[in-house]
Amino acid sequence: MLSAEAIEKIEYELTKYPKDQRQAAVMSALRIVQTERGWLSQESISDVAAYLGIPDIAALEVATFYNMYDTEPVGKYKITVCTNISCMLRDSDSIVHHLQEKLGIGFNQVSEDGQFCLKEGECMGACGGAPLMSVNNATMYEYLTPEKVDKILKELK
Amino acid sequence: MLKIEIDGKPVEVDHGTTIIDAADKLGVAIPRFCYHKKLSVAANCRMCLVEVEKFGKPLPACATPVAEGMKIFTRSKAAVQAQQSVMEFLLINHPLDCPICDQGGECDLQDVAVGYGASGSRYTEEKRVVFNKNIGPLISTDMTRCIQCTRCVRFLKEVGGMQELGMVGRGEHAEITAYVDQSVNSELSGNIIDLCPVGALTNKPFRYSARSWELVRRPSIAPHDSMGSHIEVHVKDDKVMRVLPREKESINECWLSDRDRYSYEGLNSPDRLKVPMIKHHGEWQETDWKTALEYAAGQIKDITTEHGSDALGALVSPNSTMEEGYLIKELVHGLGCGNVDYRLRQTDFRLDGKRVGTPWMGCNIDEIEKLDRILLIGSNIRNEHPLLAQRFRKAVDNGAELSIISPLDNNPLMDIAHKIIVTPNDIVNVLAQILKAMSKLQKLSLCLPPQLSELLEQIHVRPNTEAMAESLVGLGETVNLIAPKVGIFLGNMALSAPRFTEMYSLAEAIGGVSGAKGGILPAAANSTGMHLLGVMPASTGMHARAMLEVPRKAYLLLNIEPELDCQHAALARSAMEKADCVVALTAYKSKALDHATVLLPIAPFTETSGTFMSMEGRIQSFKAVVKPLGECRPAWKVLRVLANTLGLQGFDFESSEEVKLKIFDGEKPSDFARSRLNNNMKELVEIETKIKSPGLQRVGEVPQYEADPIVRRSEPLRKTKYNIKRLVRLHPDEMRAYDLVEGDMVLVTQDKGSTVLPVRPDAHVAPGCVRVAAAHEDTLGLGDLMGDISIEKITQEQADVFKSKQMEAQN
Ligand code: SF4
Ligand code: FES
Repeated sequence: MLSAEAIEKIEYELTKYPKDQRQAAVMSALRIVQTERGWLSQESISDVAAYLGIPDIAALEVATFYNMYDTEPVGKYKITVCTNISCMLRDSDSIVHHLQEKLGIGFNQVSEDGQFCLKEGECMGACGGAPLMSVNNATMYEYLTPEKVDKILKELK
Repeated sequence: MLKIEIDGKPVEVDHGTTIIDAADKLGVAIPRFCYHKKLSVAANCRMCLVEVEKFGKPLPACATPVAEGMKIFTRSKAAVQAQQSVMEFLLINHPLDCPICDQGGECDLQDVAVGYGASGSRYTEEKRVVFNKNIGPLISTDMTRCIQCTRCVRFLKEVGGMQELGMVGRGEHAEITAYVDQSVNSELSGNIIDLCPVGALTNKPFRYSARSWELVRRPSIAPHDSMGSHIEVHVKDDKVMRVLPREKESINECWLSDRDRYSYEGLNSPDRLKVPMIKHHGEWQETDWKTALEYAAGQIKDITTEHGSDALGALVSPNSTMEEGYLIKELVHGLGCGNVDYRLRQTDFRLDGKRVGTPWMGCNIDEIEKLDRILLIGSNIRNEHPLLAQRFRKAVDNGAELSIISPLDNNPLMDIAHKIIVTPNDIVNVLAQILKAMSKLQKLSLCLPPQLSELLEQIHVRPNTEAMAESLVGLGETVNLIAPKVGIFLGNMALSAPRFTEMYSLAEAIGGVSGAKGGILPAAANSTGMHLLGVMPASTGMHARAMLEVPRKAYLLLNIEPELDCQHAALARSAMEKADCVVALTAYKSKALDHATVLLPIAPFTETSGTFMSMEGRIQSFKAVVKPLGECRPAWKVLRVLANTLGLQGFDFESSEEVKLKIFDGEKPSDFARSRLNNNMKELVEIETKIKSPGLQRVGEVPQYEADPIVRRSEPLRKTKYNIKRLVRLHPDEMRAYDLVEGDMVLVTQDKGSTVLPVRPDAHVAPGCVRVAAAHEDTLGLGDLMGDISIEKITQEQADVFKSKQMEAQN
C-alpha cells in the first residue's frame, strides 16, 4: 500500500499527463516511492503498478532499466561515484579507493552498519566539477579530494 | 501514391508505407527479426538495414517510411555489409546449440545466419547466460537463445491484451521475463512460440519429440469453437505431433488460440477407444465391428418395435461434422423417429420454428474490427471464442465503444465503455430498457410491433441503461446513420439461459432499431452447420432437453459424454442409467459412458474427412491427416453401416464427399448457406420481462478447456491455471448474506441433485448469482448451467460425510 503522502505526490505528477495516460507517470511514481522507502522492493513496484493501473511487469521494466532505481536494498546513504572519462582523468580512482577503504565495502555493497552503499556511476553531466559523486541521487559533491570525502562522510553520519 | 525504386525495380506505394512493406509487396526479401506485420514496429534488431540513396548511413527498413523518388538498395555492398555486421553482433551471445534446439530447421536466426553470417566467429570471450523462466505448462523457455526482438512482449500486450512479459534490465543484462516467476496466462499464449524468431520460446508438450523436417504438414480446420480457424497439423509416423495456425487473414489471421493449438494432446490420450465394445452382464467386452454393429442395430430395432419408434433419442455433438450430422438425422428419421438434437447445452427451445432461417453471427469475422459500437450479451468472450475476442479488442483499439451485459464481470482485456452485471433473468429486463431508451432516442417507437410497444410501457429505464443505449445509437458522436456500424452478439451464457428466447427477441428488436449487425456466437465448431442441416427434432420429435426429461428407452450418442456435454448433468446421467440401451459412437472410453451398452470407436477430426460450418456461415471441408487409430472408423461410415444394418434405404455413400454432395444437393455450398442463414424471426414470441425468481441463479459456464471430449483430455491444457479446482463463487454481499467466509463448505442443490464445494468471494459475479463451472466431475450432481440453485452452509464434518456417501453411491 502506498502512503498517503506518496499518493498525493503521485497524483500531482499525474496532473501533468492526459487522464488516460497514467503510465506516463511511472518514472516519477517509482522515484517518489523509492525516496520514501529507500529502495524499490518487488512489493513497492507492484504497488506503483497497481496504483497506475499498468501491468506489474511494465513497472519492473522501467525500474530495472534506469540505474538510479535501486531494486536491492541500499544503505541509508547511497554514494555514487562517477568513473567515466572526465572524472577518471581527474583521478576518481583515488576517490573510489579512499571510499572503499574508509567504508570497508566494494561497489554494490552495503556497509555493515547499514549506513552506506557504494555505486559506480556514469557521467552525471557536470564534468566541470570532476571528480564528483552524488548521495541518494539528490545531492552532488564536486571537486572531491580524500579530505573532502572524509568531511562529507562525517557530516552524513 | 509514391514512386520509389527498390534494387532498381520501380514500385508505387501508398503514403506512409515503410520500406519493408514496399519490399514485401515487390517480393524483395529483406532479413528481419523484430518486425512483424501484425505487431507495432520496434526496430530494435537492426537486421533489416538497407542502403538508401542520399543517406549517409544504412536505415532500418521496418521503421523508415518511403518518400517520393527514394532509391533503396537491399543488396548493395553497404547494405550487405551492414546486415552482416548486425548478424555478427546478434550471434555474439547466441549459443551454438542448434543440434539440440527444437527450433532447428525452422529458425529465422539459423536461416538468416546462413545468408548473412560468417563461417566462423571472431568472438572469443565468454558468452552471456540467461536463466530460463518457467512461464507455464505450454511454453518452454531457453532464454540464453533470446535475441531481444520483443515480438513476444508486443504480442501479449497488443494482441493478447495484457502485457505478461517484459524486458528487464538493459544492454547486455536485458532479458525477457514475466513478473517474478509468474506464468503467462493468455489464452493466446502459444502464438509467441510461432513469433519467436529463435528457439527461446518453444512448444513445451512437443519439445524434443520430433525435428521439423521429419514432420508432414497437412491442412485442417480447428474443431472447437465456431470460428473455423485454419490449422496445419504436423504428423510423424501417423501420429499428430503438433498443431500450428495456417494463415487465413479473414478468420484467424496468423494466430491460433491455445485450445486449438494444444488440444491435439487429447487425440493421443490413453482414453482413446480402439475397438468396439459391448457390455455383457455389466462387464465390458471387446468385440469386432460386425458383431458390435449387429448388436447395436438389433437392440435399436427391438426397442423401437416394442415401444414405438420414438422410444429412441439421438444426441449429437455440435463438434461433429455436417456429414455425420446429416447421416444421424437421416438414420433417426428413417426409423420413423423425430428425436434428434445437437443443442445439448440449451434449455430454452421456444424459438423452434419461429425463425426464418439458421441463426448465425450475422456478419463476417473480419467485420468485427470495423464496428464502432458493440454490445455483447451473456458472453465471456475470452472463454468462449478466445481468438474472436482479439477481433473485438482490435475494434476497441480502433475506438469502438464496447458494452457488456452479463452475469459475470470478467475482464475481456479491453476497455469497456458500459457494463451492466446482473442475473441472467434480469438481462431480459435490461435489454427491454435498452430497447425502450433507444426507440425513444431514435423516435422510432412506431416501428416496433404493438406487442413489444405494450410491453415496453411498463419498463422503467435506469440511467446506466440509458447511457448504454445512447452509446449504441451513437449519441453525441458523428456516426454513419445510413450504414451504422453496430454489432450485437449473444454468447454462450445467453444461449444456455432459460430466458434465451426473450434475450434473442429483444436483441433482434434492438438490432432492428439501431440497424445493427449481429446474431449469436454459437459455441461449437459445427453448431451452425447442425442447425442448417436441421439436426433438430422433427415436428413431432423431442428436443435434447425433453429427451432427457422424459427418458427414452434407447439412446444413440454421437461424440458426446452425456453428463459432461449436456446442459443438465444429473438429468443426463439418470437418463442414461435408466435406458435399456445406449449406443455410443465415441472416440473415448469414459466414465460418463459407463451406462452405455455398445461403444463404437469413431475417428476424431484428424482421422476422418468432413465439413464444419463456422459462425459466419463458412463451409469448410477437411481431410483426414492421419490413419484412424486401432479399429476406429470415421463416424460417417459407422452411421452408414449402422443404417444399412438397420435395413434403411438411401445410405449408399462411398465417401464423405458423396454425403456432402447429397447435403448440398448440387448447390454451391456458399450459396446454399447464404440463402438459409437468417436471424430474423417469423413471428414474435410471447415474452415476459419481469421474471423474478426468489432464490439464487446459477451461472454455469463451461470452462474453455472442458468444452468437448478432445480438449478435456489435453494434459498440458489441464495444467494451465484455467483448470482450477471447482469452487462456488459468490458476490461478497451474498457471502455476507449467507454468513459465509472464504473456504467454507457449502451444499449446493439444484433440481434435487447436490454437491459439496468450497466457497470463495468473487466480486465479478453478479449479486444473486452463484458461479459454479460446469462440465466437471465435481459438479455432475447439479442441474442446468443457468437456472435456480440454492446453497447452504455446512460444516467440514458434514461435507466429509456427504463426500463419502457420494463415493459409496458411485461404487
Ligand atoms: S523470447 Fe523470442 S520473441 Fe521474445 S524477445 Fe526473445 S527472441 Fe524475441
Ligand atoms: S526488423 Fe527492422 S530493426 Fe528489426
